[in-house]
Amino acid sequence: MKLCEDCHEREATIHLTQVVGNKQIVLNLCSQCAAKRGFDNPLKNVPFPLGDFLSSMVEKSPSGDSEALQKLVCSGCGMTFSEFRNTGRFGCGKCYEAFHAQLDELLRKVHGANRHSGKFPSGSPERMQPLREERKLQEELRSAIETEDFEKAAELRDRLKAMTADKH
Amino acid sequence: MFEDLVQKPAKWLEADGEESSIVVSSRVRIARNIANLEYPGRASSDIRSRAKDFIQMALQEKGFFEVGKLYDSQSIPDLDRHFLIERHLISPEFMSDRDNRAFYIRNDESASVMINEEDHLRIQTFQSGLETVQAARLAELIDGQLGERLEYDYNKDYGFLTSCPTNVGTGLRASVLIHLPGLVLTNEIDAVISQITKVGLAVRGFYGEGTDVLGNLFQISNQTTLGRKEEDIVSSLEEVTRQLIGHEENARMTLIKDAGDEIKDKIWRAYGILMNARVLSSEEAMNLLSAVRLGVAMGILDMLPTRLVNEVMLLVQPAHLQKLLKEELSSSERDSRRAELVRNKLSGR
Repeated sequence: MKLCEDCHEREATIHLTQVVGNKQIVLNLCSQCAAKRGFDNPLKNVPFPLGDFLSSMVEKSPSGDSEALQKLVCSGCGMTFSEFRNTGRFGCGKCYEAFHAQLDELLRKVHGANRHSGKFPSGSPERMQPLREERKLQEELRSAIETEDFEKAAELRDRLKAMTADKH
Repeated sequence: MFEDLVQKPAKWLEADGEESSIVVSSRVRIARNIANLEYPGRASSDIRSRAKDFIQMALQEKGFFEVGKLYDSQSIPDLDRHFLIERHLISPEFMSDRDNRAFYIRNDESASVMINEEDHLRIQTFQSGLETVQAARLAELIDGQLGERLEYDYNKDYGFLTSCPTNVGTGLRASVLIHLPGLVLTNEIDAVISQITKVGLAVRGFYGEGTDVLGNLFQISNQTTLGRKEEDIVSSLEEVTRQLIGHEENARMTLIKDAGDEIKDKIWRAYGILMNARVLSSEEAMNLLSAVRLGVAMGILDMLPTRLVNEVMLLVQPAHLQKLLKEELSSSERDSRRAELVRNKLSGR
């Protein structure tokens, strides 16, 4: 009898297997612990600790990180490389630039490729320009409302309305 | 809430698509983020709320509210959340945190959009049967429309940027939910799964030792999102699924040829229990329904439509059962009401 890997008490009756690349991850759980992890319903979209797997993929050198690696910080959101490694999640789009040197290798391991070859955004850069201006005005409007500067808010609202009218 | 949804089977369970006797449903998910905004996992409430506003405006301007509704995550009671998860309209992860999260559902349940899940935007589309291409077409249509109003986070090297590097590039995950009792009963499933994973697909499913199988439902999806075109990702999933259907059909033929009486007995017994049981756990119900579903596909139980068996598989789930019966029930109450519901449904009441 195989024991549940979570409670180590009951018999494991649910066996979940996932293969990522050439690595196989197997979880043996009893039905109660499986339910706790959200694996009780096969119709459900099964959550899987991909982040754990990912962080194990970005190898930690036995002597600890080099000083350069420790200093690596994203200018957009302030995320450090070791934070990324622990969570397996980026904080913002700029992280991709900040950790560029480490990413090519990681992405090759995960995807077998490290360059995009699919489609690109439907809005071209020129078409995005008015959108950016509109977004800026929206953000200004938001802060005007927050600071109760209603005169400015009204003016911004009119400008936004005019921009939207142009579009149609 | 969602009373109109409770009364009808989910669209992806209607069994009107291709290969519906084996493939339950096809899904496509596209992950997108808005440029220059921190991703939801790291963002403050204020930034999340800005992302939500932008997406809501884009949905509004592109006419999405004429064919669907937006729900604020905060206003949804727990039972309803579980109900939506069972229906695949939102993800379990989406439930865990309510701060500035919202979701949009198209009235016909062919698409949903999650706002501030792991990424700012998660577009999902659903089709019944093997209809990955159709699901992808709808997802890309929605993505294109929203992309005209939102500046997506995009980088020429890595494509569309996502919070988790396993989604970067196309941000596209296509999947099929497939019923493989034949391969499980002939003990070929492990070999088939290891073949599939060699071609870059992930298999998720539950299976016990021997014949102790839960539902025999497997989810197959692309493992990688970077370095291939969207249509190639979708077509290779479809191609492998077709091969898998071939393997499953062969396994069923072998079963009938080598163990015809045993397999018929298993199917009729499952039907007998479902028609007579007074207490049914969802686990037992799923296993028995799986055998019945196999019987329907093999023409052994030809009085039942596949659509009905699919529907019952969803209705026996805890939140669906409680929504349908309009009351919150303890686990043991559920087991007896579940048995009653299954008896009624299968006898056409």
